[in-house]
Parts: sequence; structure tokens; C-alpha cells
Amino acid sequence: MKRLAPKHPLAVRWFHWVNFPVLALMVWSGFLIYWAYPTYRIGWGDWTLLRMQLPQRWYQLLHLNSRLAQGMAWHFFVMWVFALNGVLYVGYTLLSGEWRYLVPDRRSFREAWQVLLHDLHLRKEAPPQGRFNGAQKIAYTSVVLMGLGSLLTGLAIYKPIQVNWLTAAFGGYPRARFFHFWLTIGYCGFFLVHVAQVIKAGWNNFRAMVIGVEVVEEPAPAPRPVEEAT
Amino acid sequence: MKGDGEKPEGAPRGDVESPAASGREASASGEPVGPTAAVPVDATRAAQTPAAGSVPASSKPVAAPEAVPTPLVLPAPVVAAAPAIVVPPSDADVERQLARLSRRGFLTLAAGGTAAVLGWRWLISRPRANGTALPFRRVLQANEALWEALWDPTRLAPTYPPSRAAKNPRVNGRLGLDAKADPAAWSLKVEGAAAGPLTLSLAEVHALPAQELVTELRCVEGWTIVVHWTGARLSDFMARFPPAARDGSAADPRQPQRMPPFLALETPGRGYYVGLDLQSALHPQTLLAWAINGQPLTWDHGAPLRLVAPMKYGVKSVKRIGTLRYSFVRPTDYWFERGYDWYLGH
Repeated sequence: MKRLAPKHPLAVRWFHWVNFPVLALMVWSGFLIYWAYPTYRIGWGDWTLLRMQLPQRWYQLLHLNSRLAQGMAWHFFVMWVFALNGVLYVGYTLLSGEWRYLVPDRRSFREAWQVLLHDLHLRKEAPPQGRFNGAQKIAYTSVVLMGLGSLLTGLAIYKPIQVNWLTAAFGGYPRARFFHFWLTIGYCGFFLVHVAQVIKAGWNNFRAMVIGVEVVEEPAPAPRPVEEAT
Repeated sequence: MKGDGEKPEGAPRGDVESPAASGREASASGEPVGPTAAVPVDATRAAQTPAAGSVPASSKPVAAPEAVPTPLVLPAPVVAAAPAIVVPPSDADVERQLARLSRRGFLTLAAGGTAAVLGWRWLISRPRANGTALPFRRVLQANEALWEALWDPTRLAPTYPPSRAAKNPRVNGRLGLDAKADPAAWSLKVEGAAAGPLTLSLAEVHALPAQELVTELRCVEGWTIVVHWTGARLSDFMARFPPAARDGSAADPRQPQRMPPFLALETPGRGYYVGLDLQSALHPQTLLAWAINGQPLTWDHGAPLRLVAPMKYGVKSVKRIGTLRYSFVRPTDYWFERGYDWYLGH
């Protein structure tokens, strides 16, 4: 017995698919910009945990080298679309009540742990799943907060004097640029896990992000009194 | 009986899945079932509505009969009377509906993807102005207009104690710096001044009030360095050697609307040149600098006189100024001609 159940509202699907090329352009143009000064160190004071320097060959392979002016032109163009899409999405989820499916609660963290164990085949049964499970709620809310972080750190390095209070709040210009970069790496990581999970979840789930509804299999109910259905 | 909760052609957004939605319907129906479900129910009512009685105490209102999950995306079944009978759609109906929605959804996605690719190709195929396609130039200019309108001249670049300044500041560019030129032959030419063309000596600039400034230089490439500068405010220089207003009279920095809105600064021989907007020129931290760390500028750092404009990327801080021109037209700029934004303001 099949049934079509609504999953993703039309607006959310638009925000999602518009964001995909827009964020890709922001990451790409960001790398054109970071090429010009790509050294990143994680550490405190004189103590260094990790120094990150992508090899020049990596930039050359992807044609990301020597295009700083172009990267800035794209970045300061597409940023408006990225910001507008994000603001509209958050506004929509707040006004429509969709946020209830997305914002994690106390149970979400335990559930996310169970999802992780299940995905790693360390736990047999998957935790009960609403529209989104705990791990999804945490991931999807985090990535929206990361978007806000990118807008704020981006503004802090775009106008470090006009918003000098914001730049100072991130610990100064170099640190704001550092956070801005690592948020980008965060999106790349999110993207890889997201795509892997979508592949794992299957076609019905992916299709729902395109057409809005998913197919639900149910035991065939004989025509029945309504009361039982409540 | 209300079947009106359903959309006429069984639109996919029928909300019947959502407990919140069914809760709304329940309360809207005016039936006492939902709201009373969580509180002790009196015997008569419990008898009338056995479903409510069977629900464990919970904050979720129980759906009224009307709000029962009805099959989606098909015309609302005719529900005659309680107990209502729901006629579910057949699997074939569901498949047909699914195929229709899939066709529409994936065609829309493909059309959107195609539009994105075409949009990209259109953007990069536009004619270029100074190395950057025109649509990007227009957006950069719109950004500039926005930030000029929001400009707050009291916002300052952070300053630091002199101990934070780099001991040996990095030399990053030698554009326009002729290694063989004679430092003793240097003079500063001023064009567009109210007093006519001027040729100034370093001593005449040194005569202006000296300022110390320890601040961050931010390169357009992304690196930063804290530098300890000594120099005179460009705004003091402009008050001492004022530009000519449109009527030829001296335009005082206290009347910026009368002043030429741009400055052009060039190395001797014009190997490197920048354009500066008036707001940035009048900023209190914009200096004509002659010393780093208390020592006269070295030749590589732009001796004997250079610009320091902390509210711009470092490319605007032109070294070894040979000519300063007040201008009513926007001057060109070395890096602007090579694809960069003209404004580059912070």
C-alpha cells in the first residue's frame, strides 16, 4: 500500500537548490582569493598544532592560481545572492514553523549518537526517525549557523574598519580571515558527508528534495472506521 | 462535515501528516475532543468519544474525526457520516501521481540547472572593462556606492603600541620605484591646487603637524603587517595646499562638497599610480608618511614620501609620490586597470 507523503515544502526545495551553485561559486571564488595568501596555522602563541599550506600544484591543477582579481569580483557579487537566499530561508523556516523539524532538542544529541553508531554498523536498529533524525537536525542547524558565521566573518574582513567592532570580536583581521577559511573547509566536509548520506538513503529520499513528496509504504488498510486511525 | 481541509485537486501540501496541523483542525472544528483529551474527561464525553479516552495523557490534541489522515494527492474522498470511511487510492493511482510530480520536479530542476549554466556563460562572455566583465564592474560600483553612503568617518583602524610593530617591515612591491633615480632630485608636484601648480620640497611637508600611527597594513593578497608610521595627515596637507573648487577658489576640507571628489597620486615617471576618493583622503588616519619605526623611509619603502591609507588595501598606499593631483574626474588606478575593484575600501 503506497502513499505519497509531503516532505519538503516548495520554498525549501528552491532555497536548497539555489544554494548549491551559489555556495559552490562562493567556495570557488574564495579559493581564487585564498590562493594569494594561503598559509594557515592552527596553534596558540608559539605552539603550532598544524600548518596548512595547499601545494601550488593543487591550485594549478584546478586553475585556481593567479586569479585574485577575478575571485574578488565573483565573491563580492555572489555574496549578495548567498546572503539573500540564506536570510529568506531562515525567515521562511521561522514563519512557517518548519524550524520545528530542524532545530535539535535535548533528545537529538543522544539520537545523533545512535545514528552514528548505526551508520558505522555498530548498532543494529536505527533510532526512530521523524522527518529528520537527531544527526540531521544537528547537521542542518549547524550548517545554517555556519552560513551566519561566514556572513559575519566575511563582513569583518570585507570592511574591517567600518565594522571594526565585529573584526575585533573575532580577534582581529587575520583571525577573522582564518575562521572564514575554516568555515569553507567545513562546508566542503558537510558536502561530502551530505552526498554520501543522500546516496545511502536512496532515491526516494533524494527525489523528495526535488518533487516534495516521498513514497511511504503502509500495510494495506481495509476501509475502516476513522477512530482507529487516530 | 468538512472535506474543505483538502485542496481541490489534492495538492501535495495537504499538511495532514503534521500533528500541529491536525491539532489546528481539531480546535477549529469546535469539537470538544481535542482540547479536553489531556484533562480528566467526564464520563458522558468519554463515552461519546472513545478515541479520546484511549489516548495517554499528552499535550498533543487528538485529531477530530475530520482531521484523520486522508490519502494525499487525490481528490478528497467523500466522507459521508461517522464512522467515516476512507477510500484509499490504489497503488497505480499513486504511481501515476508520482510520475506526474517527478516529471514536473525534475524538468524544473533541469531547467534551473540549464539557466544557471547559461547565466554563467553569459556573465563571463560580457565585454570587459579593465580586465573584468561589465556586470561585475557594475556590482563592484554598486557595492562602492553602498559603502560610501554608509561611510562613518569616525570609524578608525585599530592602533597598537609601537612594540607591536614589525622590526623589519616586508617590502612587497617596487612598481614605479626607479632604483637609479636621485633622491636629492625629488620634489612633490601638486596639480589642481587653488594656488596653481605647486612644486614642494620635503621640508614643506615636514612643516605640517607630525602624527605617529601604529596600525595594520592589509594587503589585497590577504596578509597583514603592523607598521609604525610617522607623517602628516593628508587632510592637513589639503588644508595647507587646498584644491581649486569648480569656480577656481580655494576649497577648504571643512567644505568637502566644494572639493574635487578625487585625488590621483603617482610615482615620478608614473610607473605606479592610484586613485583615491575624497572620503578616504580626508580620513584622520590617512597620512603622507616619511618615516617607519622612527627612521626615514628606505628607498624600497618609498622614500622620501609615501601614502598610508589604512582604510584601503595596501595597494592604494603608493610609494614615492611624485605627483598629487586634485581631480573632478575619477582617476585611473594601476590595479584597477588589471581587473581589480577601484574602491578597495575597508
